Amino acid sequence: MTLTDRLSGAWRLLRQATGEAKWDEYLVRCEREGVEPMSRRAFERHRADEKEHNPQARCC
Amino acid sequence: MSTSTAHPTTSGPRSGPNWKSIAIWTVVAVVGAVCWVVLALSRGEEVSALWILFAALASYAIAYRFYSKFIAKKVLEVDDTRATPAERLQNGRDFDVTDRRVLFGHHFAAIAGAGPLVGPVLAAQMGYLPGTIWIIVGVIFAGAVQDMVVLFLSMRRDGKSLGQMVREEIGTVAGIAALIAVFAIMIIILAVLALVVVNSLAESPWGVFSIGLTIPIALFMGFYLRYLRPGRVLEVTAIGVVLLLMAIAGGTWVEEMGLANMLTLEKETLVIALAIYGFVASILPVWMLLTPRDYLSTFMKIGVIVLLAFGMILAAPVLANPAVSEFATNGEGPAFTGKLFPFVFITIACGALSGFHALISSGTTPKMVAKESHVRMIGYGGMLMESFVAISALIAASVIDQGIYFSMNAAAGATGGTPETAAAFVNGLGFTITPAELQAASDSVKETIISRTGGAPTLAFGISLIFTDAFGGGLAAFWYHFAIMFEALFILTAVDAGTRVGRFMLQDTVGNIWPRYADISWRPATWSASALVVLAWAYMLWIGVGDPLGGINQLFPLFGIANQLLAAIALTLATALLIKHGKLKWAWVPGVPLAWDLIVTMTASWQKVFSDDPAIGYFAQASAARDAKASGELYGVAKTPADVDQIIYNSTQSGILQAAFALLVIVVVAGAAVTVVKTLRAGGTLPTTEVPKVESTLVAPADFFATKAEKEAVREWEASQKASV
Repeated sequence: MTLTDRLSGAWRLLRQATGEAKWDEYLVRCEREGVEPMSRRAFERHRADEKEHNPQARCC
Repeated sequence: MSTSTAHPTTSGPRSGPNWKSIAIWTVVAVVGAVCWVVLALSRGEEVSALWILFAALASYAIAYRFYSKFIAKKVLEVDDTRATPAERLQNGRDFDVTDRRVLFGHHFAAIAGAGPLVGPVLAAQMGYLPGTIWIIVGVIFAGAVQDMVVLFLSMRRDGKSLGQMVREEIGTVAGIAALIAVFAIMIIILAVLALVVVNSLAESPWGVFSIGLTIPIALFMGFYLRYLRPGRVLEVTAIGVVLLLMAIAGGTWVEEMGLANMLTLEKETLVIALAIYGFVASILPVWMLLTPRDYLSTFMKIGVIVLLAFGMILAAPVLANPAVSEFATNGEGPAFTGKLFPFVFITIACGALSGFHALISSGTTPKMVAKESHVRMIGYGGMLMESFVAISALIAASVIDQGIYFSMNAAAGATGGTPETAAAFVNGLGFTITPAELQAASDSVKETIISRTGGAPTLAFGISLIFTDAFGGGLAAFWYHFAIMFEALFILTAVDAGTRVGRFMLQDTVGNIWPRYADISWRPATWSASALVVLAWAYMLWIGVGDPLGGINQLFPLFGIANQLLAAIALTLATALLIKHGKLKWAWVPGVPLAWDLIVTMTASWQKVFSDDPAIGYFAQASAARDAKASGELYGVAKTPADVDQIIYNSTQSGILQAAFALLVIVVVAGAAVTVVKTLRAGGTLPTTEVPKVESTLVAPADFFATKAEKEAVREWEASQKASV
């Protein structure tokens, strides 16, 4: 594996960790299913609403 | 699909012993053993902190490699051909197949916070050895085992919560007891964490300035993500971190800006501010404050841990405290009273064994696990990482001069609050320090260090010593406030999130009787539930702040015992469930830590409730204060008759809470004992709520680093996925 492969792998993981990769995955899914994707703004609002309803405890 | 990845150890090119691996593990074992021997045998000479660090790292590596693997294979029998709830129920929301390394990060960020930073600092009063041994041995055999087993059990039940599992697998009464215990313990934990923040921000304009600025910074990030550039989390986090560092550095000029007086807040003012903040934060939409604050907090968490590890190696500080101090045996330590047994094991909860983690291991994480084998790296590995944080905190506290350490950690009633009186008090304990030295230490971090109880300021002081030594530059005051800031940031995030979780629990519970109350979009319900949760912890916090005997001294034991009692509930469930699954012969894996935890918590509870010694027993303290009041005298460090009344009230209340927690746990343990007897009578197994096996079609590596065969299998699988679409 080359250095660029590794770096792009690390970048992908970082995007997954922050949840940014969800948008990429959504676009891929839309393309596969032939659906017109919603705007990024609308998509992120959906995600914020989900977080609203699923609180995650933070421990000590 | 290829099953070779499902059983990476049973197939693959394995012929004869792997000499390279044997050699590596032999070296790790030797390094660990040497470090332990040095720590055990050094007395009265200069001991480097690195011995502790490497003893910990070597022990973790061996425990992870061997013990966690044993638990995964033999005890839990993780099965990678079995689809996880994330795979079966994938909905892109709560059930979501997640890369194991990403989930490790998420899980670690959720379990680790200020807890592992505070407990070890207080425990350092008994010397470095008791804390070191408990943190390392405790995590290997208790804490990490609990996290991993609960994660596994919840994963096999589609991510059920701890309370639900207790109710369904042990019984309704035990379930209700567990639910009450979880809620009450959460309130105590929030109150004690908030107390740590209050103690570190009181009379600290710099701290208040930096922490205060985190609110507009988080709001800015929230609006940026909502309206300016939706979804660009990395970008906005980078901006946030820069602003945050500027907020800390900017604190130096608080004096020049003429804000010092305005930002020098009393503890009572801070309590009210925190309560208002907690309430507002829990009813605002999450995108505004909570989510962006969480990004900042997580980034800081990981950054600081890495920085601390490097700092310690570079500075290689020498430990200033003895291996075991006299306070371990006489139980009269100024930071907290009580002897080594059981109180070291109570004071250090997070980092060794923390019941609160069971709530996280049975909440969000199990719904995101991609492969069953991942419970090992996420549950066990995540907890080892938290333990490492605790070890770092212990080291940071142990490198501080003992005179300074005790001036910081004794209650204001004992030190008198001035360098002269504090020096006299500390010299009375048998340490040498002059008022001038204390003043110099205060000047170095630009605020008083006398009676700054709660652990956070002490840790910050230790970190500033280590970082100044490691990175140079005379930035002691910056590092001190940097450390205060990140601790406060973790805690405020925990308070935000905890209040919200408490609100949901309350709405859910009341919703059983009055369904409309459970509707989380109905304002009257959300507002009133939030207010109740905030009032509950703010009330405890208020009591702690006004306690004449020192709130940390009084409340921290309650917090530690509560957290360990929650662990007892989790380990009880784990033991009972293994037996129900017909694995009696492996019941000792969670059973031994359970027995130890019950001995510790029940002894501590017993002493806190029934001890005749007023310094330890809550009721003895109340009655001694009452006697003093009856004969018209003051009691202990009390300065007014009102103080005496306060002591009577607080101690009685703490005693009742303590007894109630212990009783709730006894109810759960008794319920589990009945279940175990039933199981054995029924021939050794009973049906459980485990979800039946569904064949998995996912392929993913099992551990942190993928083996060659695993990588190959993942590539094949990805290719076949593409082909089939």
